Amino acid sequence: MKVLIVEDDADAAAYLSRGLNEAGHASDIAGDGECGLEMALGSEYDVLIVDRMLPKRDGLSLIETLRAKDRHVPILVLSALAQVDDRVKGLRAGGDDYLTKPYAFTELLARVEALSRRKQTAEFEAVYRVGDLELDRLSHTVSRGGQAILLQPREFRLLEYLMRHAGQVVTRTMLLENVWDYHFDPQTNVIDVHISRLRGKIDKAFAKPLVHTVRGAGYVIRTDEG
Amino acid sequence: MSTRNTVERREVRSVRRGVPVRRARLVRTTAFKLTIVYLLVFGVLAMALIAYISNTTKDLIDRQLETAIVGESAELVAEFRRTNLFKLISTIERRSMRPDANVYLITDFSGNPIAGNVAKLIYDPGVARGDTTFPVRYTRLVPSNRGTETPTHRALARLSVLGGGYRLLVGRDVEDRIEFSAIISRSIRGAMVVVAILALLSWAFISRVVLRKVDAIGGSTRQIVAGDLTRRLPTDGSGDEFDRLATGVNTMLDEIERLHAGLQEVSQNIAHDLKTPLTRVRNRLDETVRTQPGQGERERVLAAAIEECDQLIRTFDALLTIARVESHSTAVTLERTDLSALCADMAEFYEPAAEDCGMRLVADVAPGLAIPGEPTLLRTMIANLLDNALKYGTSDESLVELTLRRDGDAAIVTVRDHGPGVAEGDRARLMDRFVRMDAARSKPGAGLGLSMVKAIVGHHGGTVSLEDACPGLAVRIVLPLAT
Repeated sequence: MKVLIVEDDADAAAYLSRGLNEAGHASDIAGDGECGLEMALGSEYDVLIVDRMLPKRDGLSLIETLRAKDRHVPILVLSALAQVDDRVKGLRAGGDDYLTKPYAFTELLARVEALSRRKQTAEFEAVYRVGDLELDRLSHTVSRGGQAILLQPREFRLLEYLMRHAGQVVTRTMLLENVWDYHFDPQTNVIDVHISRLRGKIDKAFAKPLVHTVRGAGYVIRTDEG
Repeated sequence: MSTRNTVERREVRSVRRGVPVRRARLVRTTAFKLTIVYLLVFGVLAMALIAYISNTTKDLIDRQLETAIVGESAELVAEFRRTNLFKLISTIERRSMRPDANVYLITDFSGNPIAGNVAKLIYDPGVARGDTTFPVRYTRLVPSNRGTETPTHRALARLSVLGGGYRLLVGRDVEDRIEFSAIISRSIRGAMVVVAILALLSWAFISRVVLRKVDAIGGSTRQIVAGDLTRRLPTDGSGDEFDRLATGVNTMLDEIERLHAGLQEVSQNIAHDLKTPLTRVRNRLDETVRTQPGQGERERVLAAAIEECDQLIRTFDALLTIARVESHSTAVTLERTDLSALCADMAEFYEPAAEDCGMRLVADVAPGLAIPGEPTLLRTMIANLLDNALKYGTSDESLVELTLRRDGDAAIVTVRDHGPGVAEGDRARLMDRFVRMDAARSKPGAGLGLSMVKAIVGHHGGTVSLEDACPGLAVRIVLPLAT
């Protein structure tokens, strides 16, 4: 995956670049808004990471210009501004996701990978499959190894999100935002309990567990071989 | 005091310039400007009214005069034509006897007076035409004292041709009318003087009163700016504009004092209660550098340090959110929020977590209640309460209840546990920042939950109270419903 980092803080940009490289991705760095716009228009990137506060042209303006030029590359907005209004502004400008500083690198990596996956699968998939687990999005049914599994609506959405990002790490914050549409920070591990309930239904009675905990990051659904 | 010195300096400076400060300030007051405006408006209107009345009256009188003169001239001419000159003369002499007699004069073709009651007649021949009345000046002979003349009066007269070269002049005295005009003018002048004096007096009075009040306000604000935030502007309970202004400013000062106190509190909290975990992290890392432990131990310490830092960041964020919400400095607008759906959602969200703790979370949410609110803040508020209930509300009967019901035009949210509860004396302190009950010091969290709840509730225009649920603690939040 090729990522463009538009960040004027050289240290932060280098940190991001190193982390992405270690995760097996290629990255370029632009130090200001104008340079970033030029590079984004000039090459094909899978994901853009754009800081809001940039010299020469601020982040939101860069995003708006790209969108106006019909460039639909997924963009993750980085910002120290954490209020609800700021997030709304960032998304309305054309950003696809919004992450506030300071952030955990695992969080950023998970979101960047999720964004690139979103770009790839544009068509609507009716059925998600991981191993012998099947989720039918139209009929809202779940089965594993042919056996039907009864899920509550919220559990269904949780599993759906995990399976949409099968093989990718999904952080607790991502789950909170996308499955529950919550933007507050629960101090305790409420998400973990929901996951363990889900596991109880789809993993417990079966030989191979599909939902795995990634320490310090979040969760992932995958077959052990994959 | 420095303020007095500056005032004195200013006064001295302007006296040297030759213009006393007080006079310049008086002239600049609104009272002065208003008085001038009133003076001008009233004066102009009064003058216009008086002028109109006097002109109309003058015209009326003039017309009456003219009609009288024309009528009498015609009458006398007719009599001459009916009878003869001598008859006319005797008629005139008879009429001249009347106390309020008109002016009569008959002249021959060369202008010599033949009969009449004038001694002297002065007029401008240029205006003496046969068809108009024209002004003359005349004197009469005093009847009782032959040989003396009356003072010169003015009259309006009309000339008629009798025939045979004789001419008749009939006129009417207009001194009265002129006197009337003079009275009007004198009245106008007098009224102007009275108005001007009254205006000056009222201006002086108002200015003094106004200036005194403005000075009082100025004095108080100077002291407030100098740092005495407890001072308030004086009010005299009269309810006038200055009172209302002072009351409004005092309310503003109350708010400033509260924010100032809040700011100080936050600074103190940050200084004291955040330095502790920071010091902890620092010490642990320092120890690692000194003791050079093995790889595994080192990794453990670093991971713990990161976690501690994360917790610190969360605490900072919470503090900032509380400060921002308490100061109303955010541009967050409250939108119509379905509180029923929000509470039901949160209960469903926390239900597994409750079960995990060995407790039951039961929700009793009345449907369809909406409030002006900010969903994220409201969720944070409920999350904090549920978190607390799950953390501290354990007992044999481990039940946590979240209820939402309507009471008039307010929504009441209650989170109640059946745990050990909180002693009455401690309940008030619990909503201050960083307060933890001693028993709770071992559990995770920075102790900001309830102070956050208090700030969010205040931001939404509601109230929060802690009550003894016997057993357990009940947190009761009252929020105004959306209209």
